[in-house]
Amino acid sequence: MSNLILKSAAKYIAISTLLVTMSCSTDATQKLDKRNWQLAWSDEFNGTLGESPDATKWVYDIGTGDNGWGNKELQYYTNRPQNISMDGAGNLVITAIKENFQTASYTSARIKTKGILEQKYGRFEARLKTPYGLGLWPAFWMLGDNAEFPTWPTCGEIDIMELRGQQPNIIQSSIHGPGYYGADPITGKNTLIDSRYDTDFHVFAVEWDESKIDFFVDDYLFKRIERSEVEARGNWVFDHPFYMILNVAVGGNFLGNPNSLTPFPQKMTIDYVRAYKKG
Amino acid sequence: MKTLSSIKFNRIVIGLFTLLFFLGCQNDDSDLQVAKFSKDPNVFIDGFSSGLIYAAFSGTDIFAFQVDNKVTYNNTSASMRFDVPNVNDPAGSYAGGAFFTAVGRDLSSYNALTFWAKSSVASTLGVVGFGIDLGANTYPASLSNLRLSTVWKKYTIPIPDASKLKTEKGMFYISAGPENGNGFSFWIDEVKFENIGTIAYPQPSINGGLDTSVTSFVGVSATVTGLASTFNLLNGTDQVVTTSVNYFNFASSNTAVATVDSQGVVSTVGPGTAVITASIGGVQAKGSLTVQSLGAFAAAPTPVKPAANVITIFSNAYTNAPVEYYNGYWAPYQTTQSADFNVNGDTVLNYTNFNFVGIQFSQPTINVTAMTHMHLDLFIPGTLASGANFKIQLVDFGADGVYGGTDDKSHTLTYTSPTLVAKNWISLDVPFTNMPSLTTRAHLAQIIFSGTNVSNFYADNIYFYKN
Repeated sequence: MSNLILKSAAKYIAISTLLVTMSCSTDATQKLDKRNWQLAWSDEFNGTLGESPDATKWVYDIGTGDNGWGNKELQYYTNRPQNISMDGAGNLVITAIKENFQTASYTSARIKTKGILEQKYGRFEARLKTPYGLGLWPAFWMLGDNAEFPTWPTCGEIDIMELRGQQPNIIQSSIHGPGYYGADPITGKNTLIDSRYDTDFHVFAVEWDESKIDFFVDDYLFKRIERSEVEARGNWVFDHPFYMILNVAVGGNFLGNPNSLTPFPQKMTIDYVRAYKKG
Repeated sequence: MKTLSSIKFNRIVIGLFTLLFFLGCQNDDSDLQVAKFSKDPNVFIDGFSSGLIYAAFSGTDIFAFQVDNKVTYNNTSASMRFDVPNVNDPAGSYAGGAFFTAVGRDLSSYNALTFWAKSSVASTLGVVGFGIDLGANTYPASLSNLRLSTVWKKYTIPIPDASKLKTEKGMFYISAGPENGNGFSFWIDEVKFENIGTIAYPQPSINGGLDTSVTSFVGVSATVTGLASTFNLLNGTDQVVTTSVNYFNFASSNTAVATVDSQGVVSTVGPGTAVITASIGGVQAKGSLTVQSLGAFAAAPTPVKPAANVITIFSNAYTNAPVEYYNGYWAPYQTTQSADFNVNGDTVLNYTNFNFVGIQFSQPTINVTAMTHMHLDLFIPGTLASGANFKIQLVDFGADGVYGGTDDKSHTLTYTSPTLVAKNWISLDVPFTNMPSLTTRAHLAQIIFSGTNVSNFYADNIYFYKN
């Protein structure tokens, strides 16, 4: 969830080329090792209309954090049903609203499984539909809970999906740790050529073990980060439990702020979140 | 930048400059299928597509358009170049024309017209769109004031409802005037219809997207305006497309009060309230018009003075003298809007959100020296607020015939209850002898109404007469 600016044009071209190549071969089948995942935890969000998230599964982040959650974000996170509740149709909806609230001009919500579901390695996935529009920043991501290195980025961060609302066909997946964080994480993008992440549901997943981190969209592996690649940049900080986070941020230095034309309210609609362990 | 929003398409010069291109037209087995109309998406790729015809719009430099083989998008073999003339160029005042086919095409499987464009200088195209076929022009849709830059960029015009375009002939049209008085050139290439998966959130709108209400009477008709549709494009912008009325389906919540036809013409037929809404392709439009009908309209008394004894500013009973305007929209303090309406052939002035308003007839000024009275019929709907007053000021511009100077004369009369009543026509006959400050009326030029606590009134039969 930290600022990403690709440092060299060469790198950008390399990524673009990779994406084009992959996009042209969507019919090709990937030959991946067989996995045997066992469901460890899930929330299917089958509550009634207006119901708040299950308090036994999620806790809230409330407020504006420190310096807009470290990114100059504009929203105030609340636990009000108008910002986060079930739609009664099997989904959790996080709604970013343009309204004056406390010191902020937008409200939204952010929930996490900290202290509830923290797991080392495995598969973590969510099926969701993103919001759109300039300055909307939805994310499904993970932070390490590390007693030994409690501060970011030594705790480690895995961004399974984040998206700039003004580019609703591009998602980005990244890892942050010492030596590769903030504006310069290890990252990959997946671009839809003729559709958008905000108009249909997609499944975003990470598969993570002691030697690599794989990012998937709709079970298509688009980015693999090997431990050796990480250790060439800094320390591998992915051998301790992580928890999951869902949020919709508004504005900030990752993507810029909304303007008068940005449509509000904006919704991230989440069908389910699941965590698997190796069987 | 000259915005050519009111091109008179029926005056287009076809005969002068009609080019017929039948390039790359090869028989294809699929042409022999039952499909009656071609689904050819191409308009101009490296030349005119099959059957495409060009006609310059009237008033343009008819040689402004040509096929260019030097400057093209992506080094293809040809592009379309338009040379916008300088202001006052005798050859024409702008560049533009329509590209159309003699036989319609079935465009219903596409959702946008796209093209690449660049300009010799950063510029603004007044209108660019499709649906102008120099015939019925049934389904125009266009972008207004499209900004071009000096590098090739792709532009997208979403189709408001492609299911309507089963036999469309209007493939592309464009119109551009000088930029700050100066001519320039722009190039268009790769013009084609596409089905783009990233066009999202179609949102039609009527009445400018606003929910407003209007007081009406049986026999009044009005047209729904402010028609557009908006689409979210991949670059994050909400693209507003000016959308023909023919894409819309209109509905009335109560057809006993008001009906609406396919052209958005709302006719009030009974007392009560009706809400006019619309949709395109099943998507409900933003905005609505609520008709609050007071029922039968009591027309103002029909004037009976002989026409020879009357000088008329506003009346359907006589011929009006030349009037510059019935609402001067005098900035910055005037709030008054006009909502004039027509009931069974009788036009009525309606001033809303009223504080003051001027009617001017200074070209030429009017000599009413031979007249003895001014007449005005006034109707205040609703209830008369306490403290309401209504003032009539007559202004004579003097011998110089213009506003200001030292020779202007005027007089103001104030009316209050019980002369002022609500919901009834008030016929005022004001003798000039009651206007002593109006020491001359040989160069009369303005009638100014002002008032307090009168927010809305109708006016009719404004004239001067002698007995």
